[in-house]
Amino acid sequence: MKILGWLTVLMCGALLIFNVSEFPDMGDANSPANSKQNLSEYFLKKAYHDTKVPNVVTAVLADYRGYDTMYETAVIFSAGLACFFLLRIFRKKGPKSRFYRHTPTGVTLRIDEGGKLPEESDVFKRIDSIWIPHDNIVRITCRLVVPFIQIFALYVIAHGHYSPGGGFQGGVLLGASIILIAVSNNLRAGIQRMSEKGAALMGSAGVLIYAGTAALCLLLGSQFLNYNALAKLLHIKPVVARYNGILIVEIGVALAVMAVMVWIYYNLSSAGKHDEGL
Amino acid sequence: MDMALILAKANYWGYVILLLIGLYALISKNNLVKKIIGMVIFQTAVILFYITIAVKKGGNIPITPHGKGYVVEAANFMNPLPHVLMLTAIVVGVATLGVALALAIKVYKQYGTLEEDEINAMIREQ
Repeated sequence: MKILGWLTVLMCGALLIFNVSEFPDMGDANSPANSKQNLSEYFLKKAYHDTKVPNVVTAVLADYRGYDTMYETAVIFSAGLACFFLLRIFRKKGPKSRFYRHTPTGVTLRIDEGGKLPEESDVFKRIDSIWIPHDNIVRITCRLVVPFIQIFALYVIAHGHYSPGGGFQGGVLLGASIILIAVSNNLRAGIQRMSEKGAALMGSAGVLIYAGTAALCLLLGSQFLNYNALAKLLHIKPVVARYNGILIVEIGVALAVMAVMVWIYYNLSSAGKHDEGL
Repeated sequence: MDMALILAKANYWGYVILLLIGLYALISKNNLVKKIIGMVIFQTAVILFYITIAVKKGGNIPITPHGKGYVVEAANFMNPLPHVLMLTAIVVGVATLGVALALAIKVYKQYGTLEEDEINAMIREQ
């Protein structure tokens, strides 16, 4: 197998290396992909005129290539579902023994099955069964950083029309903020902020917002995903309707991406048990 | 092959090297997690390739100014299309990585190992 691997890699490598000299130079404005009279030129020249969105990437993503992005969102959602169905284990009983830390003294208690569990408070904190060091600095730093990450994520989503950004990036940032809570405290703290049910609902709501906007255009007597049709509903000019349609769709994408990132993390980090994890 | 040729196409060399590393890991590595890492390196190579295609010398990011009577000269802006394609590819790459790791966890639960030859031996014994 090793020899076969080397052989394949060497043959592919030889082909690629012989052909690198055929590639256009870096930054060549006349290369086939960048040359005049192709689709990119049309996008650059007409995107603002067609959609009133200066960021051409956003305009292409959510309008010209709207179908692509819609199914991309569906792919992400089905990846989340796949992780859920592969890994999730529903068990009524928790682990046999639980560990609590008495915060003022730093003493760790192990309470076996049947023992009386102390109430979760500032004094007694439940910890994972693997050894957990004291983590005040990490926890408090993360708690300070998380709101700023979330505000920045909202800015990235809302300002995607005018600056680099949009639904995918903002959604990943929002997901990362919740994953940061789960990493810096423990998995249960993350699930407390955003439950599994919430993640599933938000993921499907995101896909539904996208597909629903597209279907609404169809119902209003236009083509699927042709946001011009929203003009009748919102009483605005068709171009502005395109602008707003892109925004609605980006919000749907952000919801779906955020929920799925968090959902995949919950399932992977605890191998589907959702009680102890990273 | 002189130095200028290598430097003018530096990104393409990087793409070829990353692609080959990923391909080798995908084919020859015995450990499933290493195979998954190879897959991610392969994806990174493709992303680097697309982004390199989009570069124009002296070009700006593809956000067009929109004053009255402003005419967009396409040569002054990066090619937006590869950026769009890679934007979605990155996020979908993360999602597929999640599914791949979930499958690896499932395999580990079933067989107690992630080494491919050991798993194959166990399957043959059954």
